[in-house]
Amino acid sequence: MHSDKKPILEVKSLSKNFGGLRALNDVDMHILPKEIVALIGPNGAGKTTFFNCVTGIYVPTEGEVWAGREGEKLKKLNGVAPHDITRFGLARTFQNIRLFSTMTVLENVMVGRHTRTNAGILQAIFRGSHFKKEEQETVDRAYELLKEVGLEKHWKEEACNLPYGAQRRLEIARALATDPFLLFLDEPAAGMNPQETVELKELVLRLREQFNLSILLIEHDMGMVMSLSDRIYVMEYGSRIAYGTPEEIRHNPQVIRAYLGESEDA
Amino acid sequence: MFTAKRLIRSFLIGVWFMILVFPIVGIKIIKRAPEFFYDRVFVIGIITFVLAMLWSWYFEVYKERGVSDGIFSKISQKCSALSEKVTHDKSTAMKLILVLFAAFMVLPLFTSMYQTTVYSLAFLYVMLALGLNIVVGIAGQLVLGYAAFYAVGAYTYGLFYQYFGLGFWVCLPIAGFITVIAGLLLAFPVLRLRGDYLAIVTLGFGEIVRLLLINWADFTGGNQGISNIPRPGFFGIELSPEGSTIYIYYLCLFAAIITIVIVARLINSRVGLALQALREDEIASEAMGIDLRKVKMAAFALGSCWAGFAGVLFAARNSYINPTSFTFMESAMILSMVVLGGMGSIVGVTLAALVLALMPEYLRAFSEYRMLIFGLLMVTMMIFRPQGIIPPAKRKYAPTALKNEENN
Ligand SMILES: Nc1ncnc2c1ncn2[C@@H]1O[C@H](COP(=O)(O)OP(=O)(O)O)[C@@H](O)[C@H]1O
Ligand SMILES: [Mg+2]
Repeated sequence: MHSDKKPILEVKSLSKNFGGLRALNDVDMHILPKEIVALIGPNGAGKTTFFNCVTGIYVPTEGEVWAGREGEKLKKLNGVAPHDITRFGLARTFQNIRLFSTMTVLENVMVGRHTRTNAGILQAIFRGSHFKKEEQETVDRAYELLKEVGLEKHWKEEACNLPYGAQRRLEIARALATDPFLLFLDEPAAGMNPQETVELKELVLRLREQFNLSILLIEHDMGMVMSLSDRIYVMEYGSRIAYGTPEEIRHNPQVIRAYLGESEDA
Repeated sequence: MFTAKRLIRSFLIGVWFMILVFPIVGIKIIKRAPEFFYDRVFVIGIITFVLAMLWSWYFEVYKERGVSDGIFSKISQKCSALSEKVTHDKSTAMKLILVLFAAFMVLPLFTSMYQTTVYSLAFLYVMLALGLNIVVGIAGQLVLGYAAFYAVGAYTYGLFYQYFGLGFWVCLPIAGFITVIAGLLLAFPVLRLRGDYLAIVTLGFGEIVRLLLINWADFTGGNQGISNIPRPGFFGIELSPEGSTIYIYYLCLFAAIITIVIVARLINSRVGLALQALREDEIASEAMGIDLRKVKMAAFALGSCWAGFAGVLFAARNSYINPTSFTFMESAMILSMVVLGGMGSIVGVTLAALVLALMPEYLRAFSEYRMLIFGLLMVTMMIFRPQGIIPPAKRKYAPTALKNEENN
């Protein structure tokens, strides 16, 4: 991994306290263009908190987050509101699925287009040609993205009626609709059966190529993590305890003790 | 049918109901002295007892046969079929709309002046309910002080007329503007509030506005309010009292129609989707790039301006206004229209607004029990059809890719 590419995400000694609890402690991370990076660690290690700090949902206690599209200068994201971070090009899914449950599958993805469209109240009332064109483009784009994740047959259904695995894929489609350069997936395979997990892996690889994406994923399925990731970061008790290629992580004694060992016992 | 448990339960319900209605039905103040009428209370107790028996017996049967078989679920299904028809079958919907429109257009020719004013008011309720529908039904922000915006609209006209002599048509846009400002003023402090807390603050807002109108008597006229507010001009022609009543009727009708069209367009747009996303999940909305602050402000502004317009029309219709027209009861009534009609549903809310606004007129005989009937209706609805009479129509989309597939 010694490429001369510049990172698109740089996180410097990020920390987050919840009262007395230090959920994140001095975590560093960088992600290169088109890299798939995994973030692993036992439950409660602070992985989701890391996502929330980078995407602006939590304000980090200390540390800096810098990000920018390939070839552009990095921008500091501390203190930027979540919706502006999304507009900037960071998109995410949620560990505990957060779909707009009574809206249709298509509408869920259409909401993702919000930052890339601009029709306002007056345009909605007068329905000029710009409004109609944009509306149709939104619908078409959303439908296309549903095709990418294999949900186009369900486009009219309510999101809450989809099976679990499909809901996770819908969250991915919705995140893609915001035109991100960096995608955060929080336990995308949780609750999926082995078949779906394999399909998910292929989907992630395909999306990276097609959308020129970098992907950071939190995942417990070790098979998936090892075969999918270019690099892996390991966290425990809020701290980063190791990072490196899958091969390096597999043989890191600290990791084996902290994480892999534990999961083998289970 | 006559199990001991059921008998005891129904008996207790009967007794409880007797206690409950005693102050309303059993006591009459005649010449400053209370007189008691026990017989009426007793009759009500017996009726309640019988109804309670029937009710619980019905539920037993209903349970045995499975959910799909009861009268209530049948009614509910009928409702669904009807709403399906109205919202999905374009020609039926068109026919219905045309018939209604024609009926309302010729109505003033056949009814008394009094009836005409009653219908004008019903149209104002359509505007109010649809406005609140944006805030509560679509954006999911529970606002309990909506009548305050109605008051702001009405008083804008009243005060601008009184102090500056401005007429109806000038005041209409001014009132829209001022109520939007009022909506934003309320939205700003409540941006971080949700659910119960939001409800309480907005309830407080409603009361503050009303108390302000009462107590700032030098400016607003206090409890007396403002009278002699002029009716709108008709291209400079003086109208007879009847003429202007009919003129107001048509103004209210068209205002309601315009409201329906605009609200429908707003809901079916990018803004409408964002408002609905806000209702479903705030954090996910943020993660999708929606600026929560902006969207909430938009919801309040879009919701409140209709109350402003309705307020101006109300002031013109009555030609006098005072604070008693803008109490919490009014807010609750408008909210009931939204909830009974079906949150977010334009057809449902319009229908519910018309029915609830006209009901008191046609149930004059029962006027003493109005609130009782109303409460019963609410409870029954919440049990058997919590989604409202006509749930919101699904938006329609036509992906180009799908059309191309069909053509090939
Ligand atoms: N909003 C919060 N308030 C207080 N504590 C929190 C909050 N979010 C997470 N935590 C705590 O931070 C720690 C890390 O949680 P999390 O990031 O969800 O772990 P992971 O995703 O790795 O399983 C846990 O101990 C959790 O209880
Ligand atoms: Mg987590």
